Amino acid sequence: MRRSRIPFYLLVGMLVFLYLPLIIVIVNSFNMSRYGGQWGGFTLKWYSRLFSDRTIWYALGNSLLIALTSTVTSMVLGTTAAIALYRFKTRLQSAHRLFIHLPLVMPDILVGISLLLFFVALKVRLGLFTIYLAHVTFCISYVAMVVLGRLQDFNYAVIEAAMDLGASWPAAIRKVMIPMITPGIMAGGLLAFTLSIDDFVITFFVSGPGSATLPLYIYSMIRHGSPMVINALTGIFIVFTFTVVTISKKLLEEK
Amino acid sequence: MKRPNSKIPELALSLPTMGWLVVLFIIPTIVILLIAFRTGDPYGGIGDQWTVENFSELANPVYRGIMVRTVVLSVLTTAICLVLGVPAGYCLARAEKKKRDFLLLLIIVPFWINFLIRIFAWKVVLHPEGIVKNFLLLIGIVNDQTLLLYRPGTVLLVMVYSYIPFAVLPIYAAAEKFDFSLLDAAHDLGANWYRAFYRVFLPGIRQGILTAILVVFIPALGSYVIPDIVGGPGGEMIGNKIAQKTFIDRHLPHASVLSSLLVLAVMIPMTASLFMKRRKTVGRGIIPG
Repeated sequence: MRRSRIPFYLLVGMLVFLYLPLIIVIVNSFNMSRYGGQWGGFTLKWYSRLFSDRTIWYALGNSLLIALTSTVTSMVLGTTAAIALYRFKTRLQSAHRLFIHLPLVMPDILVGISLLLFFVALKVRLGLFTIYLAHVTFCISYVAMVVLGRLQDFNYAVIEAAMDLGASWPAAIRKVMIPMITPGIMAGGLLAFTLSIDDFVITFFVSGPGSATLPLYIYSMIRHGSPMVINALTGIFIVFTFTVVTISKKLLEEK
Repeated sequence: MKRPNSKIPELALSLPTMGWLVVLFIIPTIVILLIAFRTGDPYGGIGDQWTVENFSELANPVYRGIMVRTVVLSVLTTAICLVLGVPAGYCLARAEKKKRDFLLLLIIVPFWINFLIRIFAWKVVLHPEGIVKNFLLLIGIVNDQTLLLYRPGTVLLVMVYSYIPFAVLPIYAAAEKFDFSLLDAAHDLGANWYRAFYRVFLPGIRQGILTAILVVFIPALGSYVIPDIVGGPGGEMIGNKIAQKTFIDRHLPHASVLSSLLVLAVMIPMTASLFMKRRKTVGRGIIPG
């Protein structure tokens, strides 16, 4: 049968669509003139201006602090949830599964406003701590889904064998199951870290004075700051992302 | 085999997450609905009286236009993402492994670049002194006065740009499990490629398409940053109004009223998808194998 070439052309078109704006921004980050309507000559001044900005490093520090703490918390909670969902088929677990699924489909703005209203109603002071609580809340579900995916290939007979050999159930879980699903837990953690460090909408709603994270800072730069400095930041982001992806791909291939 | 017959292990593994999600997800969602019935206070907080007056806010004719725009833009975004996502998923599933891995990587990488930065890129590209405008001026499609930014069409473009990987991935996951020899069988039975694609492939990846609709349409309804950065007043969506009521007007009960509306709008596709899933499992029970 003659296959149509149309799907392939559409795929290529889509990739061009995905990358063209990013490429234009990178080229522009070396452009002397603002907005890059025309080429005003090569410059690195936007990059040097970016690096001399102290607030950005402060915001990055906040972002990393929140991403690390919420990743660790959600890895623990997400893993226990996944084990419960995998092991028990009770009515409690149907409710548990629904609770885990709901945050995945809820639009960010609703998660953000609901937590803001909740914190305001309880008179909780907004700041890094409320951001941490919000981030754990949306990360748990992603970690649980990734770990649960990994558990689908797990053979429970291994746990039964460990128990026949005298291990208690908690010990069998801790010493046999957890080590075997560690790659899944790590993958879930990596996803949680990325989501946390990238989140803007939810953070925007639950942040307080002095708790700006990197995305909040980028937003205020887009609204009020110099666009050329953000071009430079975009350039760094893209190069950084490609490097991380290439390295992790190399590491996975060598295994 | 000996199994722990007490409920303790199950509770120990389930209660921490369930407790966390009840306190920080379920209760706050209910709080949205409750605060819609509270009075405001002059300091931008929540007053201590109950009222239904907040809902009269919805009579404001501005909102009808914004709601219609929100739904229309979300539907169009979903439709365009499917039109591009289905062929992409098909291609990926048919490509040989090495090429497929590379293409998948290309689709996922922009995903990992900060969301705001991807939207900002469009602001640069479509800027009145930017490259696209200059190009369109050169070939004479637009004149000096034409604005590329701050229109509903711009919001649609950037929404498609942001959500398309969400559509491609579930469709690809479904297409990967599809048995492509069925297309050859359809061909042997007289169908041409287009007919086989339409009548055999599309029904075969139905579940993936449903997931794609859900994961594009629902976040699209709640879009806030995209219309905020590239939309301007003519491209506002319900999310912008929620943010405006929260941060500018500082009237949280009004923000709750609008959020309750969005919660309801999100419930419709969610319930529909649950219903469709249930029907599918029933069907599976009837057909053996």
